[in-house]
Amino acid sequence: MEFSVWYLGLAAAFGLFMAWGIGANDVANAMATSVGSRALTIKQAILVAAVFEFTGAFLAGGQVTSTIRKGIIDASDVADRPELLVFGMLAALLAAAIWLLLASRRGWPVSTTHSIVGAIVGFAAVGIGFESVHWAKVGTIAASWVVSPMLSGFIAFFIFMSVQRLILSTEDPLANARKYVPFYIFAVGFIMALVTLLKGLSHVGLDLSTRQSLVVAVVAGLATMIIGVLLIKRVKVVPSDDEDFRFTNVEKIFGVLMIFTACGMAFAHGSNDVANAVGPVAAVVSIVKTGAVAQKSSLATWILLLGAVGIVLGLATYGWRVIKTVGRSITELTPSRGFAAELAAATTVVIASGTGIPISTTHTLVGAVLGVGIARGIGALNLRVVRNIMLSWIVTLPAGGILAILFFFLFKGIFLN
Amino acid sequence: MAGGYLSGIFGSSPVRPLQTHMEQIVECVQQLIPFINAVLDGNTSDRDHIHRNIVDLEHKADKLKKELRLRLPSSLFMPIDRRDVLEVLTMQDRVAGAVRDVSGIIIGRNMVIPEPMRDNYRELVATCVQSVEQAHQAISELDELIETSFGDKERERVGSLLSELDRIEQTTDEQTITLSHQLFDMEQQLEPVNVMFLYRVLDRTSLIADRAQRVGSRLQLMLAR
Repeated sequence: MEFSVWYLGLAAAFGLFMAWGIGANDVANAMATSVGSRALTIKQAILVAAVFEFTGAFLAGGQVTSTIRKGIIDASDVADRPELLVFGMLAALLAAAIWLLLASRRGWPVSTTHSIVGAIVGFAAVGIGFESVHWAKVGTIAASWVVSPMLSGFIAFFIFMSVQRLILSTEDPLANARKYVPFYIFAVGFIMALVTLLKGLSHVGLDLSTRQSLVVAVVAGLATMIIGVLLIKRVKVVPSDDEDFRFTNVEKIFGVLMIFTACGMAFAHGSNDVANAVGPVAAVVSIVKTGAVAQKSSLATWILLLGAVGIVLGLATYGWRVIKTVGRSITELTPSRGFAAELAAATTVVIASGTGIPISTTHTLVGAVLGVGIARGIGALNLRVVRNIMLSWIVTLPAGGILAILFFFLFKGIFLN
Repeated sequence: MAGGYLSGIFGSSPVRPLQTHMEQIVECVQQLIPFINAVLDGNTSDRDHIHRNIVDLEHKADKLKKELRLRLPSSLFMPIDRRDVLEVLTMQDRVAGAVRDVSGIIIGRNMVIPEPMRDNYRELVATCVQSVEQAHQAISELDELIETSFGDKERERVGSLLSELDRIEQTTDEQTITLSHQLFDMEQQLEPVNVMFLYRVLDRTSLIADRAQRVGSRLQLMLAR
C-alpha cells in the first residue's frame, strides 16, 4: 500500500497522543476518590495508577479494543478501498484527542469513550456510508452508557447496605470491621482476576479453561486478602481519635480496603479506556499489514503496550496534578463510602471490558456515588452533575463526529491526490 | 479543570455547619450563668460586660445561620430533609434569641431578683443551660447518624439523648412553676411593674429550655423519615 509507513507512523503518534490524554485527564477521576478520602497519598496513587492502569490495559484491554477496531463499522463496504478506513480511523483518533484536549482545558465534562465512539460513527456514516455503521452495535453501546451508571449505582447501594448491616450499625463496629473487611478485599482480587481470566489472556500465552480460571481467581482473591489482613493488623487504633467522631478508627480500617479498590479501579479503567486510544491504531495497523480490511486478524501485543505506555506517560507528565486537584475537592467521601463506590464501579467497568463494551469510567463512578447517596450514606450530593452528564452526551457525540468528518476529508485530500 | 465534575457531585454537607452553629449557641447560653451571678451579686460592670458578650455571640451565630441557609440549594440530594435542616437551624437560633431577651430585660430595667427567689432562679438557669447542652449532644450525633446511615443502634442512642432532654425540660417547667408561686406570694410587697417584668424574665428563661427541646423534636423528625 502506498504511504503505508506514513499511515503507521501517524496512527502510532495519534494513538500515543490519545493515550497520553487519557492518562493526563481521565485517570484522575478513577484515582481521586482514594486520594480524597486520604486512603492514598498522591505519590501512592500515582504508583498504583501507573502499575494497574498498565496491567489493566495490557491484560484486559483486548475486548474493547476489538469492538472499537472492528465492531462499529461494517468494513465490507470498503473492501476495495481500504485506505478510506485508514483515513477514517486516523481522523477519529485525532478528532477525539483534540476534542478532549479542548474540553478538558475548558473544564467541560466529556468522556473519552463518547468522543471516540462519536468520531468513528461520524466519519463512517458520512465518509463511507450511512449503512456501513453497525447501528445495532452502536445502539447497544449507547444503551450501555445509560445502563452502566445505573448498574454500578445499584451494586454500590447493596455493597454499602451490607457494610451498614455487617459493620457500621453494630454494637462493635471496630471488631466487625476487622472481621469483614478482609472479605471485601477478597472480592476485589477475585472479581478483577476472574473477569480478566475468563476473557482470555491468550495474547500473553495463558490459556485457561473456565474451571482453571475460577481456581486461579480464588487464589488471587485469597492472596490479596492475606496482604489485606497483614495491612489491617498494622492499623493503629487510637481511642482518643474517636472522641469527636466515633468512627474515626473504623474508617482507618476501611482505608486499607480502599487501597485495594483503588488498584481495582485503575485496573478497570486501563482495561476499558486503553481501547479508545489503541482500537483505531489496531485497525490501521491490520489494514496496512494485510493490505485489506481483514476482520479476523488478531491484535498485536505491541499496540496494547503502546496504549499502556501512553497512559502512564500522561499520568507522569500531567495527570498527577489533576489527581491532586480533584482529590482535594473530594473530601466528603470517607473510606467506607469511597470503597463501596469504587468496588461497584470497578466491577461494572471490568465486566463491560470483558464483554467488549466501551463505557465511561467516570460516569460509572458517578453512578456508584449516587447509589451510596441513595442509601443515605453521603451528607450532600449535587444533582446538577447528572444534568451535566446528559449534556456531555448530547454535545460530545456530534462534536467528535463532526471533527472526525473534517479530518477524514482532510486526510483523503492529502493522501489521495 | 479536568475531572472537575466528579468533585462537582459532592455538595457541601450541612451537618458540620449545623453543628458549628449549635456550638456557638451553647457558648452563648453558657454566658447566662456568670451573667446571673453578676446580677445577683449586684456587680453591674461584670453584668454589662457579659451582656455584650452574649450579644456578640448571638450575632456570630446569626451570621453562621445565614451562611448555612445559602449553602442549601434545592439541587442538593441529602440523607436528611432540607426542611428539617432549616427548622433545626431556626430552633437553634431561637435559643440564642431567648438568652438575649433574658439578659436584655434584666439590663434594660436594671432588675434585681428578690432575695427569696434567688437560689431557685439560679437553679432554673443552670437547668436551662443543661438542656441546651443536652440538645447540643444530640446534634453532635448527626455525623454519626449519617455515617451509619441512620442505623438502628445510632437511632437508639440519639433517642435516649432526646428523652433525657425531655426530662430536663420538664424539670425547668417545675422550677418555673415554683418560682411563679414564690413571686405570686410576694406580689403585694413589690412594685407592680417590676412584678410584671419578673414574670416575663421567668417566662423567657424557661423558653430557653423549651426551644432546646424543640431542637430535639426536629431532630426526632429527621430520624423518623
